[in-house]
Amino acid sequence: MNLPLRRLGTVIGVMLIALMISTTTIQFFQASSLNTDARNVRTIYREFGRDRGPIIVGDQSVAWSEPIDDVYAFQRIYDPGARYAHVTGYFATAFNASTGIERWSNDVLGGTADSLLLSRIQDLFTGRQPQGGSVELTLDPELQQVAADALAGQRGAVVALDPSTGAILALHSSPSFDPNALATHDREAATDAWEALLADPEKPLENRATGTILYPPGSTFKVLVTAAWLELDPTRDATSTVPTPAELQLPQSTSIIRNPGQTSCGGTDTGELVYAFKESCNTTFAQLAMDLGEQQLAAITEDFGFGTGLNIPLNVNPSIYPDTASDAEVALTGIGQFDVRVSALQMAMVAAAVANDGTLMRPHLVATERDADLAVINRTAPEVFSEPISAETAHELTTLMTAVVESGTGTPAAVPGVTVAGKTGTAETGNEQDQHAWMIAFAPAEDPQVAVAVLLENGGRDGSAAYGGSSAGPIVRRLVEAAVR
Amino acid sequence: MATVTHERVRTGRLSEVFLLVIAVLIGIYAYVQVGLAMTGVVPANLAMHAGAFAGLAVVVHLLMRWRAPYADPVILPSAVALTGIGLAMIYRLDLTYTELGRPSGFAPRQMLWTVVGMGAATAILFFFRDHRVLRRYTYVSLVAGLALLLLPLMPGLGRTINGSRIWIGLGPMTFQPGEIAKIALAIFFAGYLVSARDNLALAGPKVLGLHLPRLRDLGPIVLAWAVAILVLVAQRDLGTSLLFFGFFVAMLYVATERISWVVIGLLLFGGGSALAANVFPHVMARVEVWLHALDPDIYNRNPGGSGQLVQGLFGMASGGLTGTGWGEGFPHLVPYANSDFIWASLGEELGLTGLLAILAIYLILTQRGIRTGIGVRDGFGKLLCAGLSFVIAFQVFVVIGGITRVIPLTGLTMPFMAYGGSSLLSNWIIVGLLLRISNEAREPAGLAGPFAGVLDAVPSPETGESVPVSPARGDDNPTEVVDLR
Repeated sequence: MNLPLRRLGTVIGVMLIALMISTTTIQFFQASSLNTDARNVRTIYREFGRDRGPIIVGDQSVAWSEPIDDVYAFQRIYDPGARYAHVTGYFATAFNASTGIERWSNDVLGGTADSLLLSRIQDLFTGRQPQGGSVELTLDPELQQVAADALAGQRGAVVALDPSTGAILALHSSPSFDPNALATHDREAATDAWEALLADPEKPLENRATGTILYPPGSTFKVLVTAAWLELDPTRDATSTVPTPAELQLPQSTSIIRNPGQTSCGGTDTGELVYAFKESCNTTFAQLAMDLGEQQLAAITEDFGFGTGLNIPLNVNPSIYPDTASDAEVALTGIGQFDVRVSALQMAMVAAAVANDGTLMRPHLVATERDADLAVINRTAPEVFSEPISAETAHELTTLMTAVVESGTGTPAAVPGVTVAGKTGTAETGNEQDQHAWMIAFAPAEDPQVAVAVLLENGGRDGSAAYGGSSAGPIVRRLVEAAVR
Repeated sequence: MATVTHERVRTGRLSEVFLLVIAVLIGIYAYVQVGLAMTGVVPANLAMHAGAFAGLAVVVHLLMRWRAPYADPVILPSAVALTGIGLAMIYRLDLTYTELGRPSGFAPRQMLWTVVGMGAATAILFFFRDHRVLRRYTYVSLVAGLALLLLPLMPGLGRTINGSRIWIGLGPMTFQPGEIAKIALAIFFAGYLVSARDNLALAGPKVLGLHLPRLRDLGPIVLAWAVAILVLVAQRDLGTSLLFFGFFVAMLYVATERISWVVIGLLLFGGGSALAANVFPHVMARVEVWLHALDPDIYNRNPGGSGQLVQGLFGMASGGLTGTGWGEGFPHLVPYANSDFIWASLGEELGLTGLLAILAIYLILTQRGIRTGIGVRDGFGKLLCAGLSFVIAFQVFVVIGGITRVIPLTGLTMPFMAYGGSSLLSNWIIVGLLLRISNEAREPAGLAGPFAGVLDAVPSPETGESVPVSPARGDDNPTEVVDLR
């Protein structure tokens, strides 16, 4: 019986070797495809369980992971939570979701980025628990604070850019929310918080700065019309003569465009561009828009970034220059009404391009990415997004915008000792709701350090009494004061 | 009669001490690692756990020095290592289950069953001086085995757990009598086949190069097949049915050396399986799960979906080559992570490296069992060794093969490792029996007692084989030199 016994031994050997092969197949050859299977919650758990790197603003972490005694091992903490919520986003274990920098810089924060490979290999050899890298933002904590304080209790957004680099110095959407409430590992509490935020009529989860809601720009759009008009003919400047009638009958339409307060602009049918601009004469820019035509306007807006989605690395909804079917619609578009829709970031980019001699820098939020030892592995280099206008045009626009704050609709934004250039906007919503108050600006005009866009949805706390200058202007002033010292 | 020479024979006890120390340390190290990784501290009951575990190993070892000094030195350490690793994994899952508020406390019960199991092995070594006495109970074993197998069908006593009626309940305790039945049936098969082998081996008609048995000799295999089908139908337990039939065919082959029995067995099994798959939807479901596990429809099907299987695959895949380490993975995501799917749990935390090591231990353990069969002189012992070794190997194959998709998934437990008192007890009884037989196999004939040499010198009454009289030295020299053919 020994021969069959030996054969049985061989059979057992073959069976166990088959198991070794099948186990190897799963754990080695099929491992990567199984690990990326959407149904494999382990990958998520591992991601959530990682010692995630911090998000840094200034010299301080505004989001970081603390060890906690549960399955995820680390709890994400946001402090100050609401002030940066729309930038950091949240990293929620309860619904396996993340937003903002948490989402878009996940590979660095989680330590899986290709650039962190060396760091991972080091961890393997030193036996150190793998750690994520950190992301340092371009935000200026003081400016962000001013933005959050100014918008408190109102719906709206503030974006501030460094015009020469595109670095985003402030980005705030109001009302904000507490990301800690969503990041809690207590699934029930997180779900309750989520549902409360969804049900909130103020829509705190919308990022009004990056255009999850787009708004009509109102008169701030006149900067773009003026830019196109100036570009077309190098002899045109701030003193050029433009039509300034009290009323403008729109072609093939019964509609009549009037100026704010139903006055004529300067009392005559023509006037200097600078006057029409600083008083924001609707008739002037509606006429200029019709003179330019749809194609010219579409081209200039596209050069300024309309129609292009951005990743800052957050997704920015592209602003929309509408298809227009008639001169009447072009005229309405020219004063920032009809179907033109913008994000606050887009309008800050318009101000920044003017401030930077006509060169628009690509906006970005991430200054540096660092490994767990804080060594810089990636630094965002300023990058030109486009050159929508010439330096001369930018110079003329600066003159015009300076006049707005010095003696026009934007005087509430004036800062003693600093030349502020700006443009106000009061956009009708087209429905029964109160108008949106806008202002875009940059300062100092002679050496711009900051370009801002301020939006107060439905006029903020001023409601139907809100105007771009009177409601958004003071916020611009506070931002400029904080940025230019 | 040949002269009996007294040679100094290596008992292997010293090697056993060395291996046992390693095996016990693996178990204790794993236990400590689990505590450190999951709670940050050494488990509170470490002293008790380690003491009991090491103490049991020492007791068995000392008893072997006294009662079975020539027993195989590798079998005990292998079983101890497997049990220790299994205990650590069960304890590790307990910690997570407690945290999640799911039923836990499996580890203390498994420890208790380890005591019972190793106690049973000790008792076998102590009370049975000679395995051949078991042959007297050939038919008692048959009755006992069948009774145990069919016990769960008794109304009032049987329990259906997870759709399989293979449990009996005594108060709060549940037990799988099938696990013990396999030992009783191994004893019966060995006793029966050693007597009937000549008849069964007699060549009947020769068809296609196969010596077919005579029709009237088909009785036992048909009976075994019928019982296997009964288990499958009445208890809805694929695993036990497959295990039972598989090891019967293996023993039949070892007894008769006739490949035709294997062919008949495979045909019967194939026919039975095909029939079962067509008649029983739950069997068909298993086959579909096996073939199309990752198919979303099959994955989401409930009941009878591949969710558990695929979650197990995910677990193993996330373990990769080196595993996450004790306590660092998410094995609790797989249902029955500490019993049926402990292989996936181990794969996740110990990686491919760990699993291959464990498979190597199983390979060594079962090959030592086969080696014991080759070494022992009597046919009953040989067949019993074949049966007991094969039943462990085959059970490992059926369990892991099911999890790694070599064969359809069936519900069996991993020998020594999976949570389950009945399984642990029965496997330790097998260890006791193998150790007892191996003592016989490796014992030098001249030292075995007053009649040992005489007994071995005469032709064995059961087999008619004549046995060599020169003393066997270690198990590398087959004692049997006269081939039956």
